[in-house]
Amino acid sequence: MNSKIYDVLIIGAGVTGTMIARELSKYCLDVAILDKNNDAGDASSSSNSAIIHSGYDPEPGTLKAKFNVLGNAKYPKLVEELDVPFNQCGSLTIAVEDEQLPILKELAERSKINGVEVKLLSKEEVIAMEPNINPEVKGALFAPTAGIIDPFNLVVHAMENAIDNGVTFLRSHEVLDIKKQDEIYLVKTNKGDLFSRIVINAAGVKSDKIAMMVEDIDWAITPRKGEYYVLDHYAEGLVNHTIFPLPSKKGKGVLVSMTTSGNYIVGPSSELADPDDLSTDSETLANIKKAATLMVPSIPFKETIRVFSGLRATCTRHDFIIEYAKSDNHFINVAGIESPGFVSSPAIAEYVVETLIRPLITLKSNTKYNPCIKKYHRMFYLSDEEKLNIIKENPEYGQMVCNCEHISLGEINDALSRSCPPVSIKGMKRRTRAGYGRCQGGFCQPRALLIMARHYGVSPKDIPLAEDGSYIIDHEVKEVE
Amino acid sequence: MKNIDLIIIGSGAAGMAAAIEAKKNGIDDILILEKDNCLGGILNQCIHNGFGLTEFKEELTGPEYLSRFVEQVKQLNIPYKLNAQVIDLSKDKIVTYSSKEDGLVSLKAKAIIMATGCYERTAGAIMLPGDRCSGIITAGTAQRYLNINGMMVGKRVVILGSGDIGLIMARRLTLEGAKVLCVSEIMPYSNGLNRNIQQCLVDFDIPLYLSRTVSKVVGKNRLEKVVLSAVDKNLQIIPGTEMEFECDTLILSVGLIPYISLLNYIDCPISSTKGAVVNQYMETMIDGIFTCGNCLHVHDVVDFVSDEARLAGRSAALYLNNMIKKNGKIALKPGNGLSYVLPQFILEDSLEDIIIKFRVRQPVTDQVVMVKSGDTVLIKVIKPVLIPSEMVMIKLSKEKLVDAKEEIVVSLEAR
Repeated sequence: MNSKIYDVLIIGAGVTGTMIARELSKYCLDVAILDKNNDAGDASSSSNSAIIHSGYDPEPGTLKAKFNVLGNAKYPKLVEELDVPFNQCGSLTIAVEDEQLPILKELAERSKINGVEVKLLSKEEVIAMEPNINPEVKGALFAPTAGIIDPFNLVVHAMENAIDNGVTFLRSHEVLDIKKQDEIYLVKTNKGDLFSRIVINAAGVKSDKIAMMVEDIDWAITPRKGEYYVLDHYAEGLVNHTIFPLPSKKGKGVLVSMTTSGNYIVGPSSELADPDDLSTDSETLANIKKAATLMVPSIPFKETIRVFSGLRATCTRHDFIIEYAKSDNHFINVAGIESPGFVSSPAIAEYVVETLIRPLITLKSNTKYNPCIKKYHRMFYLSDEEKLNIIKENPEYGQMVCNCEHISLGEINDALSRSCPPVSIKGMKRRTRAGYGRCQGGFCQPRALLIMARHYGVSPKDIPLAEDGSYIIDHEVKEVE
Repeated sequence: MKNIDLIIIGSGAAGMAAAIEAKKNGIDDILILEKDNCLGGILNQCIHNGFGLTEFKEELTGPEYLSRFVEQVKQLNIPYKLNAQVIDLSKDKIVTYSSKEDGLVSLKAKAIIMATGCYERTAGAIMLPGDRCSGIITAGTAQRYLNINGMMVGKRVVILGSGDIGLIMARRLTLEGAKVLCVSEIMPYSNGLNRNIQQCLVDFDIPLYLSRTVSKVVGKNRLEKVVLSAVDKNLQIIPGTEMEFECDTLILSVGLIPYISLLNYIDCPISSTKGAVVNQYMETMIDGIFTCGNCLHVHDVVDFVSDEARLAGRSAALYLNNMIKKNGKIALKPGNGLSYVLPQFILEDSLEDIIIKFRVRQPVTDQVVMVKSGDTVLIKVIKPVLIPSEMVMIKLSKEKLVDAKEEIVVSLEAR
């Protein structure tokens, strides 16, 4: 049994938890981060719109407004340090009826209060920027600081960076109970007991369940599911910005956006759901199509390569919860981190560490802290000359594993050699984009699976598609019972 | 940059036949580029029989069929590269491939034959409703795991789609010890060959449910249950018709799509087959780039792939000898009852008779295939039975082209 006492234990390795872990790794502390899943960023952090919002939408004065704007400003540097694809393409919130124009003006006012740079555009200006937009468009709010990001890379690379700087990552650890004994928290998990002086609850859609293990709470998470389409990346120039409709009480509405990989994403819906429900259904997808077509009539839905859903950790308090537990300041809730949670996460992490943790424990700088990870080679995006140089150094970068996205053996092996390597096919896909294309791994999955099994010295049966238990291979035919 | 007369991308049934034919027609400077570690493409994993009945007048397995072409490629000393993935193609026919051995190599070709095969429609593309669990896999991938890697993907199996690979896999998985519970087909008829329905389903007592599709998949980590529902004539699910199957595997055999990412890079016009628009020489709208086999349109019989590929190989030789004349062209269009027709246009000054290929939209009996240009009937053929799963070929003699003053339409008329 692991009887070590951590200084800080973070529950939940989503974007919030990993950002906090990375922030803590700047100091000489014993930090562990656990997740019930077998990878970082496996839940809401990987199933969202992948938008770095500008901050035009949250109500002024809320934590959402504050951290959105602070977080947005951190991204240009953050993505350099963590080597994450990012494109500050800007967003357009469009009005398609005359009655909606006053609401655009209200949003512009709200942006000003939030400290977000925006510009109201005329119909002609919108059409000039987005030729495929509904010609009935009446005007738009342009937010140049909005951007798109590779959400998988961000979380995994933040985790990798935190691990490189000394943090311990405990995969497949599900918290069963939490108790406090002699100033130390005992966190019971399915893999044994863990001890920590400070516990941070960043458990996403399950954060209310975790908080209730410590005390009674006056808030709850009521998860809202969002379903999406992902389209292939051959229809260039469909949209050049993230296109939003006017926001409503249910959220920012169905958006149409390109992604950092040149694909297009359309969604999300917004309906109440169970905290484990990640299914999709035809009716919801049909409604998304209808809503999106109102903004961009020519979306080539026949190029759909994937549909998926994610859960928002919507909180009954309708704002982020970033505070000490009522009964003990050594238990910190970072909960209800729904949109704009992704963009806010680096600012939330800084606040949690500098404002909430600093009074509790001595923060001595980690002199070995390095904010940067080793750069990844993404062969698909390099010039021929750059490719040649890399292949010359390591010929594995010349051998392609994924035909659709041109992902090389070198990239697969690089991912496996990192401090936060993938343990599933999905983990590999999120890191390298192998299996991300039009055949969805039809050709490369068997290759990736065999490479991973060989690397870990396990049977191919032990390489799951995603979570533990999601095996792909049932048995080998040579096996005799 | 090295120059090469003819580069062939892909060494499956199409690529090898095209290469052999080009060589026989006097082209010596050929290079075949194959992404995998052996010649033959997808035939390597098709270990069932039924190949070669037209080509060799005998029944062969996939590997046997391809080995006959491999022998010829070797006998004729046609150069090829393995583990060489083409990653870029330009309109002026520069082909860039990547391999461990050679690194990154760009070659300038005078002509190119695209023979890159097809890929399978995925769960994402059909927006399969329900959970995102493991145990949902396309038939070809399951076939590769089993026949190449010796690995079984499950024990209790439902198959969606009655295309040939789905049927073949129903039998293959049964023989390997799995329980195949049923095959479900959304259409009111099967898209597989009749012989496969008999030999793969009927002979093994596997039920085929027509006009039924998956309305939900259920499973937390691994698939636990598949729900099938009946569909109406607009293919919409009829509530209250659910049938539940406890199973760990759902095999998808829901269509094949030409794999032509490279042509997407060069904005090559694409037809309704999702392959390139071609003339009677199997040449795309990009001068000197030819295409054939399943990356042009998905075939039901490999023998016809080889035959089509020979035409592409022969045509590439004609092109390299400047014999293809591009004076005028006539469009060829699918009319009543057809889902597509090939080629999409015909160059007027044709050196060979033209093989028109098409598929019907739905099963029909007692039809007359009419090939007309305006009011002029060019061909009239009686067909007692036509089904979508079988490609139809009819010959249009080159002499008849002089009668074609306007676009040619191929359509069905009831007898």
